[in-house]
Amino acid sequence: MKKIIMTGTLAALLTFGGLSVPALAGPVDVVVESAWSRASIGMNRPGAVYMTIRNTGDEPVTLIGLSTPLAMMPEIHETKTNAEGVSSMSAAGEIAIAPGESVALEPGGLHAMLMRLQQPMTEGETFPLTLLFVDGGEVTVEVPILGIAARGPED
Amino acid sequence: MALTEMDFRLTDHEGNEVGPETLIGRPTMAFFGFTYCPDVCPTTLSDISGWLDDLGDEAKQLNVVFITVDPERDTVEAMAEYVSYFHPAIRGWTGPEGQIARIADGFRAAYERVPTEGGDYTMNHTASVFLFGAAGRFVTMIDYHEPREFAVPKIRRALEEETEGAT
Repeated sequence: MKKIIMTGTLAALLTFGGLSVPALAGPVDVVVESAWSRASIGMNRPGAVYMTIRNTGDEPVTLIGLSTPLAMMPEIHETKTNAEGVSSMSAAGEIAIAPGESVALEPGGLHAMLMRLQQPMTEGETFPLTLLFVDGGEVTVEVPILGIAARGPED
Repeated sequence: MALTEMDFRLTDHEGNEVGPETLIGRPTMAFFGFTYCPDVCPTTLSDISGWLDDLGDEAKQLNVVFITVDPERDTVEAMAEYVSYFHPAIRGWTGPEGQIARIADGFRAAYERVPTEGGDYTMNHTASVFLFGAAGRFVTMIDYHEPREFAVPKIRRALEEETEGAT
């Protein structure tokens, strides 16, 4: 069991720790805007987080993962709707963002899916979500929790 | 398929037995989904709630139904709690797997159970909103991602559909 955990999250964290030598530990040139999420009913259902991730630097950045104390398994997922109108969801993998470009995580497309919640997501509260980039950089954003029926960051 | 040709028995979120006849006589807006759905379902139910708000008093003429494709997890109680967060006109329907299959077949809606990591599962499902006239005749669908300004006129078309002429 320990081994499985090691090869998963912990190993990833250790790798980042190893890479985070002072030269690489500086802030990533990434700005996260309009982050929001919906409240959950209990802890069994997965949550979703939306935001815009903007690369303000001169180099491409690649988002490779997420971490948050709120969920054991946070992952970027993508909803796709086919020609027959059937929607499906799958892990989106790595997301590369060119310099000056941004990626929108919004309803019906990309979203951060929070699986195995450690506590319910309560309207009015916030939680930290850390974006992990391929160069070892991290950006942490405080995500507000809106109502279950929220449609966007302004709701 | 017209509602008049369908045959299914389900239970609404207040425990009432429902079937096609529950819908006939008033125009109907229906959506298939499941309450463990983090993205498409809350988004669509929020959209539906917004359309109902836009329609105002006209919305009172409509049946609005959210039908689960995941009856294993979506019990009557789960549906009751879930729909309570959206527009009060929205009814939540669940029932035995075989009956869910019958209503989905009648609507030509597709769904599929997909295993995920850790022994969990998610559901792929038709994310369009179905519109039927008061006589039970299929009118049109509102597709997911369709611009919001197209939805309310489509609902009005269903509202204006003649009660007669069901096929």
